[in-house]
Amino acid sequence: MAEDISIKPGPYRRVPPGVHPPADPAYRSTVLRHPKEPLIVIPQTLSELTGPVFPYDRIGPLDHDLTRQHAGQPIGERMILEGHVRDEDGRPVPDTLVEIWQANASGRYAHKIDAHDAPLDPNFSGAGRTVTDSEGWYRFVTIVPGHYPWGNHYNAWRPNHIHFSLFGPSFLTRLVTQMYFPGDPLQPIDPIFNSIPDPEARQRLIAAFDIGLTSPDWALGFRWDIILRGRNATPMEK
Amino acid sequence: MGVSPFQTVGPYFDIFLRRRVPLVMVTSETPGQRIAIDGVLYDGAGTVIPDGLVEIWQADAEGRYAHPEDPRGASADPTFYGYGWRHTDAAGAFHFDTIKPGPIALPGGDPQAPHIMVSVMARGILTRFITRLYFDDEAANARDAVLQLVPEARRHTLIARTTSPGVYQFDVRLQGSDETAFFDA
Repeated sequence: MAEDISIKPGPYRRVPPGVHPPADPAYRSTVLRHPKEPLIVIPQTLSELTGPVFPYDRIGPLDHDLTRQHAGQPIGERMILEGHVRDEDGRPVPDTLVEIWQANASGRYAHKIDAHDAPLDPNFSGAGRTVTDSEGWYRFVTIVPGHYPWGNHYNAWRPNHIHFSLFGPSFLTRLVTQMYFPGDPLQPIDPIFNSIPDPEARQRLIAAFDIGLTSPDWALGFRWDIILRGRNATPMEK
Repeated sequence: MGVSPFQTVGPYFDIFLRRRVPLVMVTSETPGQRIAIDGVLYDGAGTVIPDGLVEIWQADAEGRYAHPEDPRGASADPTFYGYGWRHTDAAGAFHFDTIKPGPIALPGGDPQAPHIMVSVMARGILTRFITRLYFDDEAANARDAVLQLVPEARRHTLIARTTSPGVYQFDVRLQGSDETAFFDA
């Protein structure tokens, strides 16, 4: 007699070592801020397996387009940024909130504590938000952020990057990270980028220039896919 | 496919929080015991951290999560929003106005003590650290399976202290002799 087997999702897989950065004294602020005690391994209960799910009405029609949030256009190279959000098994992550923030084209954040002597742009706030579509795709329109110095060490400069915040389907899939640009000469000497121990995992944070996504006479296209934690499948007999 | 690595939230994350609607977890309609959570985020030198991102996630007053994974999720309280976030202020402080969550069942059916999931990020933290907030006035803490996994000497770092009726203090210490117990889940 044939058995009726359905697949019930099991626990989220643990992230292999080398992917998420450990404490790293090359990034000076970690010295007093990165916890030192070993993490306590706990089981995944409903509290870990659930997480915030966002209603669409919180997303404004221009939230995804950072070039159209003010009266005029921001200075800088326009870019289209598109990507696919999936889990480790390649399954799309639909309907999840994606939030970004970034410096303007001259490398200055619209934030009161950014003291870098570069001009602010009255037409650029540097924040965007969207929700992945039913197949897990997101899309932003923005400008290429500039490089900027920071106080970590003598002559320290950050490679160009865009900050990303994602939720995914549970408390455990939350991801906050930075997307980098291809061919940036500052990447090999940046302590934050290089805090990721596995060099292959580091490359996952670099977007690809995409001529197919580039809009003629208007904007460059970049593609960056995001992979969230996936779950083991537990075969269940009905 | 390999998971995308974490990178620090950095010092400028208020830029994206400003684009969110203001946080409201409870309305006048929300059933349950109103509580306030106050906390301060400290570094290893005992200095307050004025640029931390503290997030919470919790069940409603009946212990239901508004999420498809919860078998009772479809009947979760529609007037309650279980996710909260705060940028710590100049004094390293964060504050949430919420309700006390009900007990949450384990897969076997045993209840866990009421608790709130807590996530901490900041400049100088390259990933995200997670822990749980428990309440000092809950007898069920003594039988909570997750809390029992925390060495006894560190368990108090997870227990919010009543400072006045319905007001709980939950400080988070990233390092030091009272370092908050963080989890790998």
